[in-house]
Amino acid sequence: MSDKLLIVRDLAKHFGHGRMGRNVPIKAVDGVSFSVARGEVVGLVGESGSGKTTIGRSILRLVEPTAGEVIFDGKNLPKLSPAEMRAQRRRMQYIFQDPFASLSPRMTIGEILTEGLAIQRIGTRAERRDKARAALAAVELPEDAIDRYAHEFSGGQRQRIGIARALALAPDFLVADEPVSALDVSVAAQIINLLRDLQARLGLTMLFISHDLAVVEFICDRVIVLYLGRVMEIASSEQLYAAPKHPYTRALLSAIPEPDLDRPRQRQILTGDIPSPANPPSGCVFRTRCPHAAPPCAETVPPLEEVAPGHFRACLRPDISL
Amino acid sequence: MAIAGLLQRHAKGPLARAVRRFAANGAALAGLAILLAMLALILAGPAFLAHQPNDIDLLAINQPPGGEHLLGTDGVGRDVLARLLEGGRISMLVATVSVAISLVIGFIVGSVAAMGGRFLDGLLMRGVDLAMTLPPVIFLLVLASITGAGIGSTILVIALLSWPVLSRMVRSRLLELRERDFVVAARGMGAGLGHLLWRHGLPNSIDILVVYATLQIAAAILLEAGLSFLGLGVPPPDASWGNMLNAARSSIVLERAPWQWMSPGAALVITVLAINFVGDGLRDAFDPRSDL
Repeated sequence: MSDKLLIVRDLAKHFGHGRMGRNVPIKAVDGVSFSVARGEVVGLVGESGSGKTTIGRSILRLVEPTAGEVIFDGKNLPKLSPAEMRAQRRRMQYIFQDPFASLSPRMTIGEILTEGLAIQRIGTRAERRDKARAALAAVELPEDAIDRYAHEFSGGQRQRIGIARALALAPDFLVADEPVSALDVSVAAQIINLLRDLQARLGLTMLFISHDLAVVEFICDRVIVLYLGRVMEIASSEQLYAAPKHPYTRALLSAIPEPDLDRPRQRQILTGDIPSPANPPSGCVFRTRCPHAAPPCAETVPPLEEVAPGHFRACLRPDISL
Repeated sequence: MAIAGLLQRHAKGPLARAVRRFAANGAALAGLAILLAMLALILAGPAFLAHQPNDIDLLAINQPPGGEHLLGTDGVGRDVLARLLEGGRISMLVATVSVAISLVIGFIVGSVAAMGGRFLDGLLMRGVDLAMTLPPVIFLLVLASITGAGIGSTILVIALLSWPVLSRMVRSRLLELRERDFVVAARGMGAGLGHLLWRHGLPNSIDILVVYATLQIAAAILLEAGLSFLGLGVPPPDASWGNMLNAARSSIVLERAPWQWMSPGAALVITVLAINFVGDGLRDAFDPRSDL
């Protein structure tokens, strides 16, 4: 039994490879490897289109990965039969970004919260309802919410219901896909605090997907920086925020608003847009926007190298000091 | 207590809102009232009539309305009113049963196609293509000549003709639904095809089904009338609105005995109109754009 709950190896997801072979596949995720220890919160950050959500969904097989291994507690999920996968699903849950799309408008909150338990055939109807009440209490919603419909709640309350749904199955592993990016700042802070409390209290292992670096720093133990479906840098939160080793991470971090106006800051603004994943740049995918790009960057795909204990980066320029 | 709780619980549900919107629609309510009156008449009326639909009174042939025979008699002295009510019962029976069958087939085919993966989808939709390309009248002629005329085969023919359109509608609704987060969540919790169809597919296409059913009942009544008019539907001596209209093929009846074809014609028009009003009202009531 290893201390790694989840090991992802060379995960790839290519979309739209037509059977006729005419379409160029979109490499949403390519060659992504990382691991998550038990009880750890790992952040997955990157721009829109960098493959964050695709990775989260591929791990839970909500989309089928094209290649690679997802080893969850010793079992390689993409190879499991439907019945075996079904048994594993109760141990891993997903929290959605949009609280308005993630709850069925035709079910009461009680039905939504007991759905997973019913699917997994856990307990009697009354027991399931008790678990739903407990889940509501865990996310600090009133008990009478159980017989109401989702449209009667605000965005923040709905997101709490979404979290309660994930918790009702008592999972070991959660994927939180930008759980607060659709919410107001004040509400988002409450949800983040709630998630952090729940994580600590229940000992949850969590993959936290976000583009908000400040939130990630607050909640995550380790951070994975993605660009165009590839890992750029992996480091503990402290290391990453104190000493980013990759030019892309550095550009991202310089974009965090700084409340202290007197502090000197160097904003490093990336020019251009993220390239099309259908036609990614050769070599290092970031080179088209990298201020330090050199000719070799176009030729070799940079491997993920350990540059400090527990700190990995994928960059060919060891000479640049960041 | 339990019932009160259930009512309370559903008072704010999407279905309750649809019912409220329907109740605010005058034309739809009028249609519903006419339809219910018609149904009451058809179902309860015969009990109060002196004549049976197939009673032949050769002393009272082609009698105009009034007197003992309220709507007159036909060419062999049968009471038109009694036959009208009997025919309505058969027309309604044929229409509702055939629509029920086509609802089941259409929903299952459409939803399995949408949720069952790419291979099943292709297979089922090519089947639907095939069923849709069958020329209806010729299909009817062939089927009717194989199975023979009769109530059962009429029901079968109408059911087999009407499901493909519904399965297309259900499929397109569920294709969109499949990508919605709450359905993805259900899959993430291990939901199988049965759960997805029953707990998500059906509640979210109930509007399509209800509207389709009402409008299709009207169409089925017309189809049955058409079939019976052609002699391929409900065979005499059983009465149906279609085979009563058949009498109008004779120019003597058409000119000299209008009560024999006007009453089933009027009944047909009124019923179909009323059902269409109800269907339109239901469609408006379920319109998601008016939700919120």
